[in-house]
Amino acid sequence: MKESTIMKIHYGTALASVGLVAVHILMRLTTGFSDSLSYENVLANYQSIPYVVMLELILILLAVHGFNGLRVILLELKQGRVYEKAVSYGCVVGMIALIGYGSRTIIMTNMGMS
Amino acid sequence: MAQVSSIAEEQAPNPLSASKSVLLRISRFNPETDESNKFMEFSVPYQKWTTVLEAILDVKKHFDHSVAVRYSCRQATCGSCGMLINGKPRLACFTKISELNSDVVTVEPMNNFPVIRDLAVRFERLFDTHHKIKPFLIRDDTELESNEKEFLQSPEELENFIQFANCIKCGLCNSACPTMTTDSSFVGPQALAQAYRYVADSRDKGKDSRLDIIDESHGIWRCHFAGSCSQVCPKGVDPAMGIQFLRGYLLGFRS
Ligand code: HEM
Ligand code: SF4
Ligand code: FES
Repeated sequence: MKESTIMKIHYGTALASVGLVAVHILMRLTTGFSDSLSYENVLANYQSIPYVVMLELILILLAVHGFNGLRVILLELKQGRVYEKAVSYGCVVGMIALIGYGSRTIIMTNMGMS
Repeated sequence: MAQVSSIAEEQAPNPLSASKSVLLRISRFNPETDESNKFMEFSVPYQKWTTVLEAILDVKKHFDHSVAVRYSCRQATCGSCGMLINGKPRLACFTKISELNSDVVTVEPMNNFPVIRDLAVRFERLFDTHHKIKPFLIRDDTELESNEKEFLQSPEELENFIQFANCIKCGLCNSACPTMTTDSSFVGPQALAQAYRYVADSRDKGKDSRLDIIDESHGIWRCHFAGSCSQVCPKGVDPAMGIQFLRGYLLGFRS
């Protein structure tokens, strides 16, 4: 992929995250912060489909953004053909693994398999 | 131990006005024999207009001829005499001791360049990256074939890039750039500013090929807006601005 395409995604995911994380925080404010993390409330949130979709989107956006950011940091830290290939593929694998693990939590909780 | 030497009063070029003196600390390093650099200290008389380069040449003349320093034009034109002066990349011939407002002037080789000896550094990487962005007009026809003797340009078209054409390849910007320090493959602010200089030239038709060259994993995107390149440029080139303009093309804000 062209570096400019990757960076468009990087900036795009950052902007979209700002919007979605703002909504996420605003919804948390509907209850006090201490209630927000109580067992029943957390489970209840996962039952709401629109909220779950939003959480999944934030997960994907920030996993893509964060792991690409990590790739950038590592590419600037050290250079070399093998190292750079390892960094690039490693970050894609990490990204997919994180999204997979997060999605598993979201889907299982949504289906009441807690 | 650093030893302080000073020019005897009667040796000073003009005893009448040589009223002030400054402690000049010169970094000495020979990569072939030394493990690390050492500083030699000299007390050097100076006038309001004495440049750091003149002070170094004074030291070479009176104390130690072996101090290695590169210079040529002495007028901020050739780009040879870049060095760290009190920690900041500057041209030695374009920096007056009096403007530094300090009793001590420390000179070291530029950061992000391999040292040849003392203050002289290797420019291969700068010239390679400069060459890589194709620093020449790209077009199919030439002035030899066309009826007109030259490619005409309006003053407005000239304004688009003339600031960037002032680059003297001194490397101060590359020396100040934080990405250059760790990323040995980064193309660097000097070459990026020159890429913009040609892309913005109405006579040039090589925009796409040049944008392709800088759009790679160690290209333009490894700039993180530190802006130190533009702060140290002695010719007002403002590489950081050129980089943002180039980003505009790649992100689709400019065409
Ligand atoms: C939603 C708020 C966020 C915004 C607006 C944002 C924006 C940005 C931007 C514009 C860059 C590019 C900087 C550059 O090229 O110099 C960047 C880089 C980066 N971001 Fe984010 N980001 C956000 C959240 C996050 C989060 C939550 C993480 C961690 C998961 C993250 C990790 C990174 C990393 C590791 C880099 C690379 C470092 C760098 O390039 O300087 N960001 N971010
Ligand atoms: S852009 Fe400025 S600092 Fe950089 S090499 Fe050219 S003249 Fe020197
Ligand atoms: S000697 Fe030419 S730029 Fe300083």
